[in-house]
Amino acid sequence: MTVLELALAKAPPTYQRVAVIAIAVLVLVLVVELVRRRRLMERYALVWLLAAAGLFVLGVWQGLLTTLATDVGIRSAPNALFALGFAFVVALLLSLTLVISRLSDQNKALAQRLALLADRLAELERERSER
Amino acid sequence: MSRHLAIVPALNEAGSIAQTVTEIRQYAEGFDVLVVDDGSLDDTAAIAAAAGARVISMPFNVGIGGAVQVGYLYARDNGYMVAVQVDGDGQHDPRDIGRLLAALHENPPVEMATGSRFLGDQDGYRPSRPRRAGIGVFAALVSLITGQRVTDATSGFRMSARRGIELFARDYPHDYPEVEAILLLHAHRLRVREVAVTMRARTSGRSTIARGVQPYYMAKVLFAVFVGLLRARPALERDRP
Repeated sequence: MTVLELALAKAPPTYQRVAVIAIAVLVLVLVVELVRRRRLMERYALVWLLAAAGLFVLGVWQGLLTTLATDVGIRSAPNALFALGFAFVVALLLSLTLVISRLSDQNKALAQRLALLADRLAELERERSER
Repeated sequence: MSRHLAIVPALNEAGSIAQTVTEIRQYAEGFDVLVVDDGSLDDTAAIAAAAGARVISMPFNVGIGGAVQVGYLYARDNGYMVAVQVDGDGQHDPRDIGRLLAALHENPPVEMATGSRFLGDQDGYRPSRPRRAGIGVFAALVSLITGQRVTDATSGFRMSARRGIELFARDYPHDYPEVEAILLLHAHRLRVREVAVTMRARTSGRSTIARGVQPYYMAKVLFAVFVGLLRARPALERDRP
């Protein structure tokens, strides 16, 4: 048996593929809707669009997952899916903490600037009322 | 205008801030007093102002590093030549400010003078044993890195001259900044000197390094020191050859 035949033989049944495609489309619609309502910024939506696209491709392309898994030496295709999903989540978390770090840095700088400006304003008002 | 500034970071120190401000005005002649109120929920700001300090209030709590940095920004923008940090909780004795100033200008002049609890014979406040152990680790580490004997790397009682002020205004650690600040100066080839001081038990408030966060404190500062060694810092500022 060739690798391709093996992949086809182990392809998931149709109803499962339909479910995967449905979920991919749902994620896609949700992300687009969130961007439309300005709840999610485009730059952070892209990674979710990629994830949904990946899911869609896996659903449509019969046996792709099994082929990929076999190629890298993972015996069971679901394990490859778990590994991929886990890597995606970890990467996403890292990028989120990067964003939080930058935000808290900017937040601190803003608070400092505001405090100094408020002090300066109070001083100017004192000077003006004394005149 | 005076060219010396005392920066007093304060968080909920209504019980001791008046005494701290009054003592600085009394014992540290020529020092303007700036209290940075880091989002206190009590009357710290009003009491400090009534005691004769200039008060800058943070819109919300930004942490000790961010609050102290406001003091350095203020000192930089208003042309102060010397800035000393004095805790608002009464641990630091303003009577020692004159000795820090003398140490700053002693020959050869240094960029920062630090009040050390462990230099010479001390009979004042002693931290608890685990706390002393932690302080000892950092003192040894900082001594090793800077090639200079540092006995109290975690002391927040410190006085900087103009270049130190400019440096801290630009770059100051977020939280638990003391150890990193010394290494920052070292990375810029600026010298430091220690002065023996007696610290008092705090009269109000509580340490930012409470019991539960001590392991976090150790880990955070150790990691920051390590990363700081890897970080390429300009040895000299761009505008100064």
